Amino acid sequence: MLKVVSLSKSYRSAQETVDVLRGVSLAVARGESVALTGESGSGKSTLLHLIAGLDEADDGEVWLEDVRVTGLPDAGRAALRRARLGLIFQQFNLVPSLSVADNLAFQARLAGRHDAAWLRELIARLGLDGLTKRYPEQLSGGQQQRVAIGRALAVKPALLLADEPTGNLDEATADEVVRLIRDLVARSGCGLLMVTHSARLAAMLDRRLHLSGGLLA
Amino acid sequence: MKRAVWVLAVLLSHWRRHPMQLATLLVGLIAATALWSGVQALNQQARVSYDRAAALFGGARTAMLIDPAHATFSQAAFVALRRAGWPVSPVLEDRVQVNGRSVRLLGIEPVTMPAETASSSAIDRNDLHAFVAPPGRTLVAPEALRDLGLVAGATPRINDSAELPPLQSQPQLAPGVLIVDIGVAQRVLGKPEQISRLLVGKTAHGAGDLPDKVAGATLQWVAPDSETDLARLTDSFHLNLTAFGLLSFLVGLFIVNSAIGLAFEQRLPTLRTLRACGVSARLLNVVVVVELVSLALLGGLIGLIGGYVIAAALLPDVAASLRGLYGAQLPGTLSLQPQWWLAGIAMSVLGALAAAAASLVRLARLPLLAAAQPYAWQQAQRRWLLRQGVLAAAMLIAAVGILIFGDSLLAGFAVLAALLLSAALALPVLLDGVLRLGGKGARGALPAWFWADSRQQLPGLSLALMALLLALAVNVGVGTMVQSFSATFVRWLDGRLAADIYVSAANETQAAEIRRWLATRTDISAVLPGARTEVQIDGAPVEIMGVADHATYRENWPLLRSAADGWDRVHRGAAAFISEQLSRRLHLDVGSRLRIDAPGGDWSLDVVGVYADYGNPKGQLAVNIDALLRHFPDTPQTRFGMRVAPEHIANVIAAMRAAFHLDARQLADQATVKAESKRIFNRTFAVTAALNTFTLGVAGIALLTSLLTLSGSRLPQLAPLWAIGITRERLAVIELLKTMAVALVTALLALPLGLLVAWCLIAVVNVKAFGWRLPFQVFPMQLLELLGVAMVAALLATLLPILKLARMQPTTLIKIFADER
Repeated sequence: MLKVVSLSKSYRSAQETVDVLRGVSLAVARGESVALTGESGSGKSTLLHLIAGLDEADDGEVWLEDVRVTGLPDAGRAALRRARLGLIFQQFNLVPSLSVADNLAFQARLAGRHDAAWLRELIARLGLDGLTKRYPEQLSGGQQQRVAIGRALAVKPALLLADEPTGNLDEATADEVVRLIRDLVARSGCGLLMVTHSARLAAMLDRRLHLSGGLLA
Repeated sequence: MKRAVWVLAVLLSHWRRHPMQLATLLVGLIAATALWSGVQALNQQARVSYDRAAALFGGARTAMLIDPAHATFSQAAFVALRRAGWPVSPVLEDRVQVNGRSVRLLGIEPVTMPAETASSSAIDRNDLHAFVAPPGRTLVAPEALRDLGLVAGATPRINDSAELPPLQSQPQLAPGVLIVDIGVAQRVLGKPEQISRLLVGKTAHGAGDLPDKVAGATLQWVAPDSETDLARLTDSFHLNLTAFGLLSFLVGLFIVNSAIGLAFEQRLPTLRTLRACGVSARLLNVVVVVELVSLALLGGLIGLIGGYVIAAALLPDVAASLRGLYGAQLPGTLSLQPQWWLAGIAMSVLGALAAAAASLVRLARLPLLAAAQPYAWQQAQRRWLLRQGVLAAAMLIAAVGILIFGDSLLAGFAVLAALLLSAALALPVLLDGVLRLGGKGARGALPAWFWADSRQQLPGLSLALMALLLALAVNVGVGTMVQSFSATFVRWLDGRLAADIYVSAANETQAAEIRRWLATRTDISAVLPGARTEVQIDGAPVEIMGVADHATYRENWPLLRSAADGWDRVHRGAAAFISEQLSRRLHLDVGSRLRIDAPGGDWSLDVVGVYADYGNPKGQLAVNIDALLRHFPDTPQTRFGMRVAPEHIANVIAAMRAAFHLDARQLADQATVKAESKRIFNRTFAVTAALNTFTLGVAGIALLTSLLTLSGSRLPQLAPLWAIGITRERLAVIELLKTMAVALVTALLALPLGLLVAWCLIAVVNVKAFGWRLPFQVFPMQLLELLGVAMVAALLATLLPILKLARMQPTTLIKIFADER
């Protein structure tokens, strides 16, 4: 379902050129959850951004189902993110001006894939009943991250990309959030690629990939 | 000390990273200081010039002795008082005709002239001999020399008889006056041994020490006046300028406020870190104030230079306005005093501190650790809107209260200020209501976000929108007033300038010759003689204008109201029409009675009508010309109007010019006089138009800077939307639509507010300032035009941040999500 082939990316500054990714290849199947670990600066987030089409690779290819992401123009990549991808960030990145209910439905409505029954189920599974009229700033970190997970899954994506989704959470909440993500991914049948520093959390997923020096170990 | 410098360096490093924000802050300070100090420079220049004129005439600013019963008295009084040790100096003054122009001839005695009158310095010690020794000198201001069409060294005749000494241009003199030695004045005026008044220098003597009789004359002590007549007359004009300056200053401070507010928000983590590292709250507050004052000094200095440039650019139009409206003369070059520089810097510093007050208070109360938000943005916004709404209602009540109970020009401006402030405070409340309504009708995720996000953006944009609202409302208000005035003025000119040709003879002799010549012409259907004299009523100068009984006047005179048989009663000589300003000042109306001290005995007049007399600072009476000449036999009859068929006008003018050598100022047809009047009118409002444009420009900058500063802080809100599939271009279009929507609502609200401002200007301020009231008119095309200008200004202000967003590199947006690479 996700296929990454020889993906390379480097950043140039006035002083030096840093090769962040050096020909990375990987695949994630539908319904599979994969953890991506590595030290700080190993290129985990960059890899995620390239897969999501947020950034452009220097070389290599990214395929999502039958679409070659790396060849798409900006508008095409935006459409892909809207309808086929779910993104979860460490900083939650909710829309502060919208209520929890509106935040949850936001991407799905945007993509024209709003499913009220699925959303109700998500709200129940995520334990957000009673919080839907609140605004993001009135929620705890764990609650905000659950809203972000709900927003990403509401669109029924083919692939869920999570960048350190538990980085701002305590251990117990982190475990609970990862468990939730894993269960919901299994329930929806999409793939999951999750960046994490934690070996404990990585172990909760189906498979683990380790990135080091821009290469998969 | 070292610690303070280090803290200051840390704070200043913020500006290095945010140069645009620093530029915004400085632009606000510069714009505020420049417009305020520019207007103050013009006011100061005018006041200095009025003071100089007053001191030069030896009038209001110097104590003097006069004979209340006679225009002149014997010079022997001067001799007697000097012998008794009084530091007095004689002056003889009269109005004379030079080259067909009426000017004041002032005879002075330079040796005894009190040192505190500017006249003494006007005559250089080296020139003293040339001034008093034959043939003497006639000192005249360069402007007056130009106005008379003469050159230095010329020896013009006064009243076509006696010759004056050679003219000498003297820049520091007030225009409109000729100064000669008193001996020369007595000779050319035919008043030997006579003087008009005695100026009294600084002395231990007071009014009580004055003998009952001095050389046979009963003299009256006139104490010096702190304010000149001209200063009193022009007060309203300068108040207008000051009001505009203050408005621009406030709009500039809006920019400063938004820039400082944003900088404070962005520096919060730094400030907390500094506190956590052991910087005391007191030291931090002091350093922040020092930083702010330093920036205000820098902005203030640049602003002052800008203010000087603005003042220099506007001075010719201000001078034209003051000359056209009040006959006040201003020199053409700007000279500024040290107080102006100091006041400008003080305004900049105080303004910056006021604009930063809220941020400084927050800093003083800053908790060391960031607390969780106690309220959601919606709840916090509701509280903020409630507070704004209550304040707006209070200001509105204040405006209505002042309107009902106030009765002065200042009260008129206070009504305007309270009304504008109330509207500005109410704006976010109204906008929030409109946006909430929009949100309720929204279908789909993006429209729902559009309205909700617009509401959330409101606090950040509200100050800039308030500035736009105020600038637009003032533009609409002043524009409507000027247009109403313009339309009324044109109709009024048609009524007042009903004759086809106007002529002003150089003197009585020439006037008699012209009358005889006119009698022989068959192409002139009527000659309308005119005469004017001046009297004092209730301590203020009032013009009496003699008009002939002719259908031209009966059909065209701009009467506002009158008795049914008004013209017949004026014709009989015992009734008068009075100008609107005189009617208001003396509380006279149709049916009232008026008494005038005339040389031929008291003259009692029934008021039978009130007419419009726009642009005349003095009150005026219109009476029958024959009755005027009976009561004031010395009134010169040098002016005529003529009724001539249109096809003969050019021939008659050519023939008169050939016969009497009259120039364009003495002989003109109706169209020329009207065109000249309209030119003066337009020049008068050129300053208003320029200040209007400046204010709108500053409001545009306020909007631009707010959007630019907001665009940086909004990235965390926009980046997630981009991440979930809305292109940068689409986001940019949405942002553009949002700003244009709130700007449109603001502009639409500004239109009725502007019309209310216009009504206040016409019905309250103008009436108090000038004594006349214009008919209120609405000009839809002008409103549409301003709406267009507002939207273009908003579009231009929005364009830069929008283009920045549309072209933003993905890496910039990614930074919002990535905490590592």
